[in-house]
Amino acid sequence: MSDRIEVLKTYKTYIGGKFPRSESARTYKVKDSKDNIIANACRCTRKDVRDSLTAARSAFPGWRNRSAYNRGQILYRTAEMLEGRKDQFVKELTNTGFNEKNAGRETETAIDRLIYYAGWTDKYQQVFGTVNPVASAHFNFSNPEPTGIVGIVAPESSPLAGLVSMIAPVIAGGNSCVVLASQANPLPAISFGEVLHASDVPGGVVNILSGYSDEMLPHLSSHMDLNAIWNTISNKKTRKQIDENGALNIKRVLHTVNHIWLDDENHNPYYILEFQEIKTTWHPVGN
Amino acid sequence: MQEQIKYDYLTNYPIDEVGVEERVARLNSRSIKKESKIQALKLALSMIDLTTLEGKDSPGKVIQLCRKALQPHSELPGLPSVAAVCVYPTMVPVAKKELEASDVKVASVSTAFPAGMVKLSAKLEDTRFAIEQGADEIDMVISRGEFLKGNYNFVFDEIAAVKDACGDVHLKVILETGELGTLENVRKASFLAIHAGADFIKTSTGKISPAATQPVTLVMLEAIRDHYLETGKMIGMKPAGGIRKAKQAIQYLVLVKETLGAAWLTPEWFRFGASSLTNDLLMQIVKQESGIYQCTDYFSND
Amino acid sequence: MMSDFSNTTQQNEDQVNGSEKPTSPNSGLRLDFSSFWEYSDAPESKDHVEIRDRYEHFIGGTFTEPVKGRYMKSYNPADEEVIAEFAEGTSGDVDSAVKAARKAFGKWSKIQPKERGKYIYRLARMIQERSREFAVIESIDGGKPIRESRDVDVPLAAAHFFYYAGWADKLEYAFPGRKAEPLGVCGQIIPWNFPLLMLAWKIAPALATGNTVVLKPAETTPLTALKFAELCRDAGLPDGVVNIVTGAGQTGSSIVSHPDIDKIAFTGSTAVGKIIQKLLAGTTKKYTLELGGKGPNIIFEDAPLDQAVEGVVNAIFFNQGHVCCAGSRLLVQESVADKFIQKLRDRMETLIVGDPLDKNTDIGAINSKEQYERILKYLEIGRQEGATIYQGNNSLPEKGYFCKPTIFTNVSQSNRIVKEEIFGPVLTIQTFRTPDEAIEKANNTPYGLAGGVWTDKGAKIFKTGAEVRTGVLWSNTYNKFDPASPFGGFKESGLGREGGLHGLYPYVNLKQT
Repeated sequence: MSDRIEVLKTYKTYIGGKFPRSESARTYKVKDSKDNIIANACRCTRKDVRDSLTAARSAFPGWRNRSAYNRGQILYRTAEMLEGRKDQFVKELTNTGFNEKNAGRETETAIDRLIYYAGWTDKYQQVFGTVNPVASAHFNFSNPEPTGIVGIVAPESSPLAGLVSMIAPVIAGGNSCVVLASQANPLPAISFGEVLHASDVPGGVVNILSGYSDEMLPHLSSHMDLNAIWNTISNKKTRKQIDENGALNIKRVLHTVNHIWLDDENHNPYYILEFQEIKTTWHPVGN
Repeated sequence: MQEQIKYDYLTNYPIDEVGVEERVARLNSRSIKKESKIQALKLALSMIDLTTLEGKDSPGKVIQLCRKALQPHSELPGLPSVAAVCVYPTMVPVAKKELEASDVKVASVSTAFPAGMVKLSAKLEDTRFAIEQGADEIDMVISRGEFLKGNYNFVFDEIAAVKDACGDVHLKVILETGELGTLENVRKASFLAIHAGADFIKTSTGKISPAATQPVTLVMLEAIRDHYLETGKMIGMKPAGGIRKAKQAIQYLVLVKETLGAAWLTPEWFRFGASSLTNDLLMQIVKQESGIYQCTDYFSND
Repeated sequence: MMSDFSNTTQQNEDQVNGSEKPTSPNSGLRLDFSSFWEYSDAPESKDHVEIRDRYEHFIGGTFTEPVKGRYMKSYNPADEEVIAEFAEGTSGDVDSAVKAARKAFGKWSKIQPKERGKYIYRLARMIQERSREFAVIESIDGGKPIRESRDVDVPLAAAHFFYYAGWADKLEYAFPGRKAEPLGVCGQIIPWNFPLLMLAWKIAPALATGNTVVLKPAETTPLTALKFAELCRDAGLPDGVVNIVTGAGQTGSSIVSHPDIDKIAFTGSTAVGKIIQKLLAGTTKKYTLELGGKGPNIIFEDAPLDQAVEGVVNAIFFNQGHVCCAGSRLLVQESVADKFIQKLRDRMETLIVGDPLDKNTDIGAINSKEQYERILKYLEIGRQEGATIYQGNNSLPEKGYFCKPTIFTNVSQSNRIVKEEIFGPVLTIQTFRTPDEAIEKANNTPYGLAGGVWTDKGAKIFKTGAEVRTGVLWSNTYNKFDPASPFGGFKESGLGREGGLHGLYPYVNLKQT
């Protein structure tokens, strides 16, 4: 029995709730710390970026209109599923160079972040919404609404906890997103797609691409249907390019570089607020 | 045949009160100066239904009022007379005799003014009596209790019956808007009165507070406008009660001018139900012409 | 009457699905608003107003001559006469202003917040005290009717300072779990449509949070900002806390590019906003952008129609239509469209176009020759696109830049006049049949600043309001502003909010407590 051949996993992408291969059918090698090939990951291109945006846009209205309670339940479900597959993720992380302890922390942090933001889905509106005492005879209130589609450039160094710390506040707030996974270590991200898929997160709310960021990022950051972009790449040239592409359609651009993603500093509701639009409504008050 | 009615006056016509108040405030920001002010003051004077409606009214008081109506201010002989004198039915003959040789009309309240809490036959009797006594115009009240109950047909039929009793005599229908509660009710009552035969619609008896207000008047003017655009038929408007100052009167005229236009800026289509307004208009006219601020001692208090 | 009636019946019988609605037999009736009782002139007095012939920059608490010695002219758009000269700022001037602001920042950010608040309260009060003077200058310099500068711009500007003054010593309650720290020196660039009010929107929250500012007013309307500089001096505000540098686009560009500025706040067109965002690429400067719009104003058949007419007038003819959040696209439900448009046309007849200083003027002068020509160009484009133009019979003064209130019907989403921001008293009118169609049309634009919804039905307000993607939603009203009320856009209409608690965010760094 010990001669059994292990079934290897094919890592694909996660777009629109499905797991297609890259449109280009190209792959690149993901290696472990000893330079052994552990998987072929999809080397996504601009067409995959395009398809992800389409999927994200069509998923947005439905996700935005889910009740806050329901979004919270789904995020909680995601945490449950991740907890159940903890060993798998620890293994994927140790395969790529994390030691056992750090792989465990990375995974547990990811789970806890999901729980944390699951609890925020029906509270941030109360923290960040206001009733405004205007001087005229009107009732006036402001409430946060999701900005739309957020591009997420996930951190290289923290392929699961960092990734989840970014996805969770974005979708907790009702946005949909297109995620560029860690280039060197995309496997946990793709596996996380499976967790999302199994957790009732509607298809298209989160789309995860692997590949070379310099091939995908220009097409993502310049996309006219992208409303915001959250970047973790610290390279100045890349940042500037993201900013410049942001100016094409006034994207909300957030750079969080050199973060220690496991720190508690990185879970707070202000990350939800970064991708919310404050909408203010007026109505007369009279007979 | 019956005029063609393309909408049902009973359907709700949404009105936003804050919006109406904002519109009134904006109209009130019109600054009426110089010639246009003098013109407005004289126009307002000519539109007054000089009114006395008190239990203690006497022939002497009515005669005095009629003289004021004919010659508002002897020091300024060129002034217009007021539009009408408005009195209780029993005082109509007194007024009629005083005003015989003039264009000043005699208006009489009727239908058990101000509450109208009698049966229809008594209201009709009241109306016929006033007309027999010589009234040129009848100011009736609607049954507000029935209206608020939703008994619109009752109110309609009453108005129609009174109009029938009036014949050619002009009928002004008092909605008593201070008791109707909402502007939507004002709009509904306006249409109801217009369709039942009113020649004029009038805000108030003057016995209930609030009496005429500008938001209420604006809503009634808009009802008149919409009816005109739908049917081509003009209806008159009379705010009554609470209009004491020249400045207020001018604000009302601005409401008329910018809602209905020039055609309504005549005593034929617009009246003020008022008494003390007269002297304030006169003081302002004298001030405009002399440049000197005036004192009430110099204006007859009738 | 009888024959009319039978005709109508005949029409009804002959009707097929999709044919035109029968018009009222009295559709020829018109109201006459002009033939009797014209309002006499009612000019606001301007003899109490002091305007110097020439203004310098206000840097470090003193009026300072421009380094290059160049001056520009500000014109009165109502008579095309020069009102005053003002300094043309170059990079040297901007640099001195930034240095002064940087120097002042150290002290200003550290004085007791309650004392900082008191300075801002002083500014609020002094604007109130000199409100009429500010209003008159605003109308002379920018062309807006005195009724608006007197009743809207200036009181709101004062209210804005009053509102944010109170925040100065209460910031620890604004951001749960976070400590707010000022950013440093803020570069602020404001437009010509609400010169003093936009100044207030920019300066009040910046000062309240402990920042210092370098502000550039627009080149066609610099005067109230310079009067405000005098007021800062009179209020004893520490030197360098507020610096005003005048000039045109080049001056603004110097501010955006200055390396020692921590934050840029810009209000203006989306085109310029994109340029600024691009200029800021690769820097760590924070920025907020308040940009253009093409606001949808949706009238449902169950709306309070007469108030909605007034709302449309406020939405598009307020401030000559020079309003980024103007309701420039009217979407009216087909069943009430004819009636509504008739009411709107009648209302347009009573709008008085003319001398901005006349108290009865509803629509003043177009702000500048350039803008005037731009509007005329769009009127021509509308005609060429086959739209039906309607203008009131309003009389216009002989001199100055004036435009009649204008509506275009027979337009579609693909027309330029429907897609592009005209920034003038020009409304396009489209009809719709179902709520979904209205929402679809409302959102079919890259803009998302503001919109209106008119219906008497509460449920429909909330549903439509949630679906229309704009930062401000006026339901059963339009173009209302208040310092406590956040303002700002979705999508290409900008980023960040001004006003209210949310208006504090763009001026602070939030640190963990």
